[in-house]
Amino acid sequence: MKTNRIGLVAAAAVLALTASACGSDDGGSGGGDTGGGNGGGDSIKIGIKFDQPGLGLKQGNDYTGMDVDMAKYVAGELGYEEDAIEWVQAPSAQRENLISTGQVQLIFATYSITDERKEKVSFAGPYFVAGQDLLVRADDSSITGPDTLDGKKLCSVTGSTSAQKVKDQVPGVNLQEFGTYSECVAALVSNGVDALTTDDTILAGYASQPQYEGKLKVVGQTFSEERYGVGLKKDDTELCQQVTDAINKMIEDGSWQKAVDDNLGKAGYTPGAGNPPTPDACS
Amino acid sequence: MGDILRNYDILGAFWVTIQLSVLSAVGALVIGTVIAVLRVSPVGILRTIGSLYVNLIRNTPLTLLMAFSILGMTFILGLQLDEQATRNAYWWAVIMLAVYHAAFVCEALRSGVNTIPAGQAEAARSIGLTFAQSMREVLLPQAFRGSIAPLGSVLIALIKNTTVAAVILGTAESAGLLAEITENEGASLPTFFIFALGFVILTLPIGIATTNLSRRLSVKR
Repeated sequence: MKTNRIGLVAAAAVLALTASACGSDDGGSGGGDTGGGNGGGDSIKIGIKFDQPGLGLKQGNDYTGMDVDMAKYVAGELGYEEDAIEWVQAPSAQRENLISTGQVQLIFATYSITDERKEKVSFAGPYFVAGQDLLVRADDSSITGPDTLDGKKLCSVTGSTSAQKVKDQVPGVNLQEFGTYSECVAALVSNGVDALTTDDTILAGYASQPQYEGKLKVVGQTFSEERYGVGLKKDDTELCQQVTDAINKMIEDGSWQKAVDDNLGKAGYTPGAGNPPTPDACS
Repeated sequence: MGDILRNYDILGAFWVTIQLSVLSAVGALVIGTVIAVLRVSPVGILRTIGSLYVNLIRNTPLTLLMAFSILGMTFILGLQLDEQATRNAYWWAVIMLAVYHAAFVCEALRSGVNTIPAGQAEAARSIGLTFAQSMREVLLPQAFRGSIAPLGSVLIALIKNTTVAAVILGTAESAGLLAEITENEGASLPTFFIFALGFVILTLPIGIATTNLSRRLSVKR
């Protein structure tokens, strides 16, 4: 009798667990469907970086950065108030999946427009043209570009495009790779490495952080062109056109310049050639 | 799929993974055995040192140890093992993997020692063997045979944990190369499965072999 009762309790517990698991599953996918399906509704999900100072940074419940400001403007043009925006973290490796599975409608996350990515998602923009550059200590005048890197220690992120490009351009470079840029910045400040390389926007974002102000500088010799676009669902031409119009308006009425200056200006950074860009036609 | 196999040196990356595994496994076995001996030694202060090591290192995030080895040991303390940043990171990765897993090796061995009836240690001492002799001749051989299965688990964990070295080592080993492929080609399931398969090939035989060995070698009592 006793074993029977224990068995019953166990069965009930298992049933309750499976039932609740099903319930939460349904809820999750249901929400995703309505969000991704029509792109409308009363809120919009936008993917940004959560850990990139000056571009997309989450601190408590505050989101700051150039990508965030641009996303707010574009969402406003699409008819969404600021509090109707649901921010979603979009790490580099997951950006295509977030869009194709409908977990976000737009992505503003230092997302370079490339042909490989265009096979999976569509882009509106570019809304900014960045380029690979070098970040050095403010008192270091020996590094002026990629050709002065001989014998210097360089830092970048494991597997990143910037790390690969610098290996191609400077074959014998002494490259230390870390998991994140924050570690590279720490190494740079403590004299462990001489330079850090990636997109100039990311570098300017770190150089503008209060604790590094005045200690670091962006060299300003870009040696690649990264055209940041707004990622959206593949072949959604209508949404693409709306976003493109919003970007054009943002550049015309000065909000674009303000977003750049507010977030990246503190380190004396000015956008390189090609800015403000002319967005491509949607197709 | 074929492109990925052709354009990237996946075998080379796994070869580095194997090197890291073998070198740090040897290191972990040596350090772990020493710590295990400390922990069962009759001297109180040595036992304290042993338990301090295990409790400090065990489950300290390995990523933290890796980052510390470069940011702290190399850049601030100046303990550079090689002029080339990648070689320096390689040797630090081996050291940190060995140091980290030594704590687990130690605990596996200590559990092996604890399976031996206390009477054997007492008998060894009473016939006049020193602590070192009784360790070498009586206790450790049985402890190793008794802890083959948990040591196998530690080795499997170590092989998979070599991927953490990607946070300092760059694209030389498999997890770093996977990061590079993901960056260039986008995240895709087939690529993920190639790397997952690599680790299955490396770890599955070890699991089967240690299970068999532990059955064959277990001390019959």
